[in-house]
Amino acid sequence: MSNLKDFFGKKVKVINLGIPSFADDLKRQNVEVIHTDWRPPAGGNKKIQALLDKVETWQNKVNAAKGAK
Amino acid sequence: MVVSHLVKKQTYFDSVTLMLIGSQVKKLDGIENAVVGMCTDYNIDSLKRLDMYHPDFDSLTPNDLIIAIKGSDEKTAKAAIAEVETRLTSKKKSSESTQLVPTNQEAAAKQLADANMVLISVPGEYAAREARMALNAGRHAMLFSDNVSIEEELELKTLGTEKGLLVMGPDCGTAIINGVPLAFSNAVRSGNIGLVAASGTGLQEVTSTIHRLGCGITQAIGVGGRDLSEKIGGKMTIMATKALIEDPETKVIVLVSKPPAESVLKNLMSEIKNANKPVVIYFIGADPKLIEAQGFTAAKNLEDAAVQACKLSTGKSYEPEFSDAKIDEMSKKIKLPTGNLRGLYSGGTLCDEAQRILRTSLPEIYSNTPVKGCKDMKDVYKSEGNCIIDLGDDVFTRGKAHPMIDPDNRAQRMIQEISDKSVNMILFDVVLGYGSHTDMAGEMVEAINKGKKASGNNPVMAACICGTQDDMQGYSNQAAKLEDAGIIVFPTNVAMVKFAQKCLERK
Repeated sequence: MSNLKDFFGKKVKVINLGIPSFADDLKRQNVEVIHTDWRPPAGGNKKIQALLDKVETWQNKVNAAKGAK
Repeated sequence: MVVSHLVKKQTYFDSVTLMLIGSQVKKLDGIENAVVGMCTDYNIDSLKRLDMYHPDFDSLTPNDLIIAIKGSDEKTAKAAIAEVETRLTSKKKSSESTQLVPTNQEAAAKQLADANMVLISVPGEYAAREARMALNAGRHAMLFSDNVSIEEELELKTLGTEKGLLVMGPDCGTAIINGVPLAFSNAVRSGNIGLVAASGTGLQEVTSTIHRLGCGITQAIGVGGRDLSEKIGGKMTIMATKALIEDPETKVIVLVSKPPAESVLKNLMSEIKNANKPVVIYFIGADPKLIEAQGFTAAKNLEDAAVQACKLSTGKSYEPEFSDAKIDEMSKKIKLPTGNLRGLYSGGTLCDEAQRILRTSLPEIYSNTPVKGCKDMKDVYKSEGNCIIDLGDDVFTRGKAHPMIDPDNRAQRMIQEISDKSVNMILFDVVLGYGSHTDMAGEMVEAINKGKKASGNNPVMAACICGTQDDMQGYSNQAAKLEDAGIIVFPTNVAMVKFAQKCLERK
């Protein structure tokens, strides 16, 4: 079930979304990190965000189906 | 008083940065209040409550920034707005690099294609979406964000377990994965003890103590406070513990949590019963017999969890850094007058631990987060009787950064408690490490000196330091600052609370 133990010992590479100082702390330790100037998706418009999420879900399903062929 | 404001459309900053700037500007002369925040429902409510709302805010979105200042006159308020802008500009500049900064996870993944961990501290309402995205892309997720529903947590953890990916959180403040401290974590030596904890400061206290005792860790996996609830069923605790059982580098496992739901405890015990290595368990407030009956080691408290783990990991003998005899000797030097005890904590689990130990020594304890046998405070902003307060609790952190980051709230409360003539002793924690304030001891000393000078009162002051010498703040540097100010310093919360207990017995 778990492949978590296979992750142990590997180099951690981080995407940081939110508080910038978390990325700064990681940089100071020479951890590979990319900080994101994150902002609410769809300009904070929840309805548009939900629609975009649906499109993405469909896109993922289409891609998965293509991959399965 | 006048209120001035400035709106910056389509300008996004994270809430911690904004709250810290707001808190700093509030201290300027002539400023009564400052709200610096994105146009969220909470900030709009706050502006209305503080009588600082303006119709200009009606049409804004959560992507728009509001700076609203209540000052003695317009010139002062405008100057404060300019100060906020200067601070924001310098923040932007310091975080800018020559590389193009991505604005979402997908774009970030293009720049760091083999990223395997996503650290999420965005507002709770968006956090599950980002975690889902991380898991679907095969990345582990750490959710520092709170305000994620338990239904979303269940969905994410189900997905995580299916994929063998970590979902640490929501509301997970601490983890050390493959030697990398994430969010609020301490600089801890590598070793052979693996930990899984549903408690942030609990994990910090145990890992720091393990380090100070000379041992080290393989992994410190935070799972979020609700993981062992009936609804979540301990999904991450079970997955992480089983992975540690299979991990050849891990010789001893430590589990820390609030008491799990009964069915979850039963299932967890059955899932890990064939562990071929020692397991030390501290389920706060749980019956140790239940744990020992399964052949595991039950720890008495956080400090004991570290001591037991060190013993089992090396086969050598370890004792707490401050023995009971030493604590007893220290207490003999104190003549405690009649009065009330106050605890001002930034770590929730440490606050909980203090109540559990002291409830046997004090007739009544009040708290904003009372454990069994303690009582709810009538007014969390005004202490009466013996009070042990978690200042990191939601009630104090709405619109304010956590007291481990921003000492302002606790400093004010410290002054307030010292000026109360009924107070004979104050206990507090100083949590070091990544994410925490760079000089919490210095900030607390300044507040204590102010409070003593203003009131003429001189209660017994004791502090415990959760951290290591390798933390950027440096254990000995922080301890020296406290000791120079006459504060009695302890390496663990348990040692400090036992000291308080001894002083109370002698009274």
